Amino acid sequence: MTTASADQPVPSTKPAPAAAAPKKDGFATKIGRWTRRAPLQIFLMLVALAWLVPTLGLFFTSLLPADLISQEGWWKVVSDPSVATFANYRAVFDNEALVSSLWVTLQIAVGNTVLLVLVAALAGYAFAWLEFPGRDALFVVVIGLLVVPLQVALIPIFSIYNDAHLFDTVLGLILFHVAFGLPFGIFLMRNFFVGIPKDLLESARIDGASEITIFFKLMLPLALPAIASLAIFQFLWTWNDLIVALTFARDTKPITVEIFSQLRQFGTNIELIAPASFLSMIIPLVVFFAFQKSFANGLLAGSVK
Amino acid sequence: MAGVTLDRITKVYSGDQRAVSDLSLDIADGEFLVLVGPSGCGKTTALRMIAGLEDITGGELKIGDRVVNHVPSRDRDIAMVFQSYALYPHLSVYDNIAFGLKLRKAPKDEIDRRVRTAAKSLDLIDFLERKPRALSGGQRQRVAMGRAIVRQPAAFLMDEPLSNLDAKLRVQTRAEIARLQRELATTTIYVTHDQVEALTMGDRVAVMKKGELQQVAPPQELYDRPVNLFVGGFIGSPSMNMFEATLRKEADGSLRADLGGQSLTLDPELVAARTGLGAYIGKPLILGIRPEEIEDAAIDPAAPADRRLRGVLKLREALGSEIMAHLEIEATPGRTDDSAELEADLGLSALGSDDTRVATLVARFSPRSKVELGQTVEMRVDTRNLHFFDPTNGLGIYERPPADHPPAQPAATQAAGDDSVSQPEGANS
Repeated sequence: MTTASADQPVPSTKPAPAAAAPKKDGFATKIGRWTRRAPLQIFLMLVALAWLVPTLGLFFTSLLPADLISQEGWWKVVSDPSVATFANYRAVFDNEALVSSLWVTLQIAVGNTVLLVLVAALAGYAFAWLEFPGRDALFVVVIGLLVVPLQVALIPIFSIYNDAHLFDTVLGLILFHVAFGLPFGIFLMRNFFVGIPKDLLESARIDGASEITIFFKLMLPLALPAIASLAIFQFLWTWNDLIVALTFARDTKPITVEIFSQLRQFGTNIELIAPASFLSMIIPLVVFFAFQKSFANGLLAGSVK
Repeated sequence: MAGVTLDRITKVYSGDQRAVSDLSLDIADGEFLVLVGPSGCGKTTALRMIAGLEDITGGELKIGDRVVNHVPSRDRDIAMVFQSYALYPHLSVYDNIAFGLKLRKAPKDEIDRRVRTAAKSLDLIDFLERKPRALSGGQRQRVAMGRAIVRQPAAFLMDEPLSNLDAKLRVQTRAEIARLQRELATTTIYVTHDQVEALTMGDRVAVMKKGELQQVAPPQELYDRPVNLFVGGFIGSPSMNMFEATLRKEADGSLRADLGGQSLTLDPELVAARTGLGAYIGKPLILGIRPEEIEDAAIDPAAPADRRLRGVLKLREALGSEIMAHLEIEATPGRTDDSAELEADLGLSALGSDDTRVATLVARFSPRSKVELGQTVEMRVDTRNLHFFDPTNGLGIYERPPADHPPAQPAATQAAGDDSVSQPEGANS
C-alpha cells in the first residue's frame, strides 16, 4: 500500500522537466546553466590557485639572485627589468650532496616501483586466477594489511635492518617501500585481473600457453592501465617520502632528507633550498603528466569495461 | 586428426550436483557431432571436460588412442571456439591467429603461410592488421574460427559459436562452418541449444537433458524416431503436439486412437511398422503429431473422414510460405515433466492452459488455406507419421520388445509421476 502510493507521484513529476529540457535549449537556458555552474567552477579555480601559490612562490624565489632573496619580494622576478637568474640552479647542480641525493632518490623511487609492480602483478594474478588452498583467507589478510600504518613498523624494522645490515642502504629503503606498497598493489592488480574474461585465459591455455606465458604475453599487456596507475602512485609516494628515509638512512640520503638537513636553523641558505625543493617537486609532476592518460584509464578500469 | 571417445564421463560439482552423468559417446575421426539440449543440460560442461577446462569426476576420455583425463588442455591437441570468441584484445588479427603457432615454436615462414591460408579461406585477408575491437561481430567470429583451424588440431570444440550473431549472419556462418568442417575433415564437437543448428550441421546429434544423454542419431533419425517424449518434443519446430490418447481395435482390425471426443484411424503401414503398439490396446498412451502432418482439410478434400480432427482457430501466423495455425481442440494435453521442462526452456510455461480438457494444437497449413480466427477448422492428419510414447516412462513405442520383456524402464528417461497413469505392463501383447 505505502509503496504504491509513494510511487504514484513519481511518474507524474519526473517526465515534466525531462520533456521540457530538450525543447528550449536556447540561449537563455545556456546562460542559465552556466550561471548555475559558475559558482562551483570559480570556487574550484580558487582552490587550485591557493594550492599553487606556495609552488609558484617557491619557483619565483628560486629565481631571485642569492643576495636579493632576503630583501626583495617575488615580484622582482616579473618586474622590469627582471632580476631573474638561473644561478641558484647552477649552484644546486654544483652542490655534490644535493646531486647525489637526487640520484639516490631516483634509484629508490624507480627501483621500488619496478619491484612493486612486478610482485603485485604476479600476486594479483595468483589471487585472481590460480586455485590454491587458503587463497581467499590469504587475500583477506592482504586486505587487512592495508590498514597498518607504516609508522608502527619503523622501530621494529629498524632493529631488523640493523641485524640484517640493511640499514643505510638503497636496497633497505626499496624493500621497505615495496613491503608497504604491496597490500594496495596486490588489491589493485587482483581486482583488475578478476575483471578480465575467463574465456581469454582458457583460450590461451588451449592454444598452448603455460601460466607464465599467459602472465607475460596476455595479462601484463592487458593490465597496462592498472600497472600505470599503480606505478604512478608508488613513484610519487616514495619520491616524496621523508620519514622512512630519515629512519633507515644516515648517509644514503634522498633529496627530501638532504634538503631537510641543509636547512640551517639560523642563517638562511634559501637560495639553495628553494631551487632544490622546486626540482624535487617538478620531477614527480613531470612523471604524472607523462602518464596522466593511462592513469585516468587505470582508475576507470574495471568499472567501465 | 583423431576420434574422441567418452566412456561414462561424469561430472559432479561440490554439493553433489551432477552436471553430467555417465555420458558415453564415440565420435569418429572427421565426424561433426552436435551436442544439443536446453540450457543447464550439461552440454557445455561436457565440452569443457573434453577441452580440459573442467576436471573429469569419473569415466574415461580418449582423444585418438590416448587417455587424456589428466592431460592439460595445451597438450590435448584440440582447438576451441568460444561463445564470446575470446580474442586477445591487444593483438592484431594476424597475431591472434598466429598465437597458438608461435607458442608451439613453429617456423616463422610456416606460421605466415598457414595464417594467410586460413585468413584467405575465412575472408579475413584485408583485416589482418586490425585489432579485434575494430571488427564486426561476424569478422570476430571468423577470427576465432581462424585461430582454431590454423593449428590443425585433432579436434575442434565449439561452444555456441553463433549465438552472438544476428539471425541473418548466423545462417550464413552456419553454412560456412559446415563447409569448412567438411573441407578440413577434422573431428568437431559442437555445442548449441538451437535445434536448427544441430540438425543442419551435425553428422550426428546428441540430445542431452539434465546431464543425461537421451539419444545420439543422425538428424533425420532423431526427427523420425525420437526415443522418448523429451527428444520428440525438443526436436522439430514448432514442437510436436502431444495428447493423451487411448488405442482401440476396430472390428475390421484397424487401430484407432481416441483423444478427447475425437479419434484418428492409424494408417495400416504405420501399425505394421510399430509392432510394439499391440501391447497398448485399450490403454492410455501419449500420441505425438508433428505440425507438418496436419493440414487444413479444405486444401486436401480427398482425405478420408476417419483421419480428421476438429479445432477452433485461436491464432494464425502467416509466414508467407506457410500458415502457423494454433487451434484449441478437445483433448488432454500429454504433459509430463519433460514437456514442462521444454516449455520452460522456450519460455512458454505461462501460455499453457490449466484446463486439461482443452489442448492447444499447432499445425502448419498451406498458405492457400482460408481459415479465419474463431472458425472451427476441419484438419486432416497424415496418420502414416504419428508418434507414440508410453505415459509411464516416456519412451517411444516402436517395434515390439522381445516377448518376455515388458518395455524396459531405462535410467535415462523417467517420465512424470503426476500425469502418468499406472497400468499393468506387458500383460497382453
